[in-house]
Amino acid sequence: MFDWKWDFTIEILPRLILATFNTLMAAGVGYGIALIVGLIFALAQRTPIRIINWSVREAVEFIRSTPLVLQIFFVFYVGPQFDLRLSPWTAGMIAIGLHYASYLSEVYRAGLESVPQGQWEACRALNLSTRRTYFRIIIPQALPPALPGMGNYLVGIFKDTPMLSVIGVAELMHTANALGSESYRFLEPYTMVGIIFLAISLPTAFGLRTFETWVSKTLGMSKSKK
Amino acid sequence: MNEYPTRLNDDAPMVRFSKVSKRYGELTVLDELDLDVSANEMVSIIGPSGSGKTTVLRLLMTLEDVSDGVIYVEGEPLTHMERDGQLVPANQAYLRRQRSKIGMCFQHFNLFPHMTALENCMEGPIQVLRLSKQEARERSLDLLDMVGLSDKRDQHPIRLSGGQQQRVAIARALAMRPKVMLLDEVTSALDPEVIGEVLNVIRKLNAEHNLTVLMVTHQMGFAKEISDRVCFVYNGKIAEAGPPSQIFDAPQNPRTKQFLSAVLQAN
Repeated sequence: MFDWKWDFTIEILPRLILATFNTLMAAGVGYGIALIVGLIFALAQRTPIRIINWSVREAVEFIRSTPLVLQIFFVFYVGPQFDLRLSPWTAGMIAIGLHYASYLSEVYRAGLESVPQGQWEACRALNLSTRRTYFRIIIPQALPPALPGMGNYLVGIFKDTPMLSVIGVAELMHTANALGSESYRFLEPYTMVGIIFLAISLPTAFGLRTFETWVSKTLGMSKSKK
Repeated sequence: MNEYPTRLNDDAPMVRFSKVSKRYGELTVLDELDLDVSANEMVSIIGPSGSGKTTVLRLLMTLEDVSDGVIYVEGEPLTHMERDGQLVPANQAYLRRQRSKIGMCFQHFNLFPHMTALENCMEGPIQVLRLSKQEARERSLDLLDMVGLSDKRDQHPIRLSGGQQQRVAIARALAMRPKVMLLDEVTSALDPEVIGEVLNVIRKLNAEHNLTVLMVTHQMGFAKEISDRVCFVYNGKIAEAGPPSQIFDAPQNPRTKQFLSAVLQAN
């Protein structure tokens, strides 16, 4: 039934593995951007300055309501019309980074909102500065509830990197397409891509769960004995 | 703001509320409230719920903004500063300097759950007062000892009882060496059997530390025993104030009588 060719599979493996590194790099860099920009988005939505507050909220809403692939195309193809010429990698990282920053900002926001009002008041009563209030008291408490969401989006961004193939980033999907068109065999390349994604996603998800448990234990916020 | 002095005379009380109002939209919580608290005085605020007694403390801790009027601490406006002979909203530096004179304990303790009892006490002294770790540690250990919790210093709040948490909260507030201590219904969320341990700490605090204490409480017996003065707040004003003997044994205001008899019946 299956017309699976092992010698072909082995032949294409080196190129797929090389592309895997590109995929991991795209996911890693994109996630790094998303983590930082997402935090900026989340904090910006809490400032009392109306115009910042409002414009960031609308931008986040806009990005979350439009498809990622459109955003990738937009940054890459519309940019040059405004003399903004970006390489596929740069354009891709900006697009996917901002896209996931918007999702992560919502996760952060929910995390921050889960910290009881009394914690803010205790900080005020101790005269802690706003910066110290955030970094020493609020964020450490907002983190454990935010971690599952953050982990889901790490796996999510990894699985969305194939979208970058539309502008020619040489990640896994792009490579598999190329291999397929060269040989007219798509079964092996696509299957291998699926297996590679699975082989990375599953352990990552498991690792994240372990990390979540470890963090809430380390912060002393779970009731179980250390 | 012209009607208010930019600072009070040298004989000013530790805390003065001068025609302080607090409104939330249509709702008036405090209505031109006047209140003086002298240094080292222990004042209890009692009154029906919704009368605005907790708001008095929250305004003094700058957790909420005053709608009208001025609060003075040590003769200087709390949330206003002088500019060209006028009172204008204070900047952060001024606010933080004034706020450093005041400490507060909350009904629900509000300890930092990710820190141990000791770390809770050390946080302010290190991060705000810029004490060395060693100094902050010594100061905090002394205070935990005073509240009888030396042996719990390495426990996180979640592993402490309500009474123990509230005692840590008192130690944490004292570690900042405030001049005025605000206690907001510190025993209301506690089980009856642990209320005593917190009250004992407050007695000690009054006896051993030179502190001005302003507390909102439902423990009438305690208020009677420990206060220099009791203020009965009704409808956003102080309806009656005086030594505990007067308020509890010979109240003048019919509202005070009504409130006290209702409380006594409930007990």
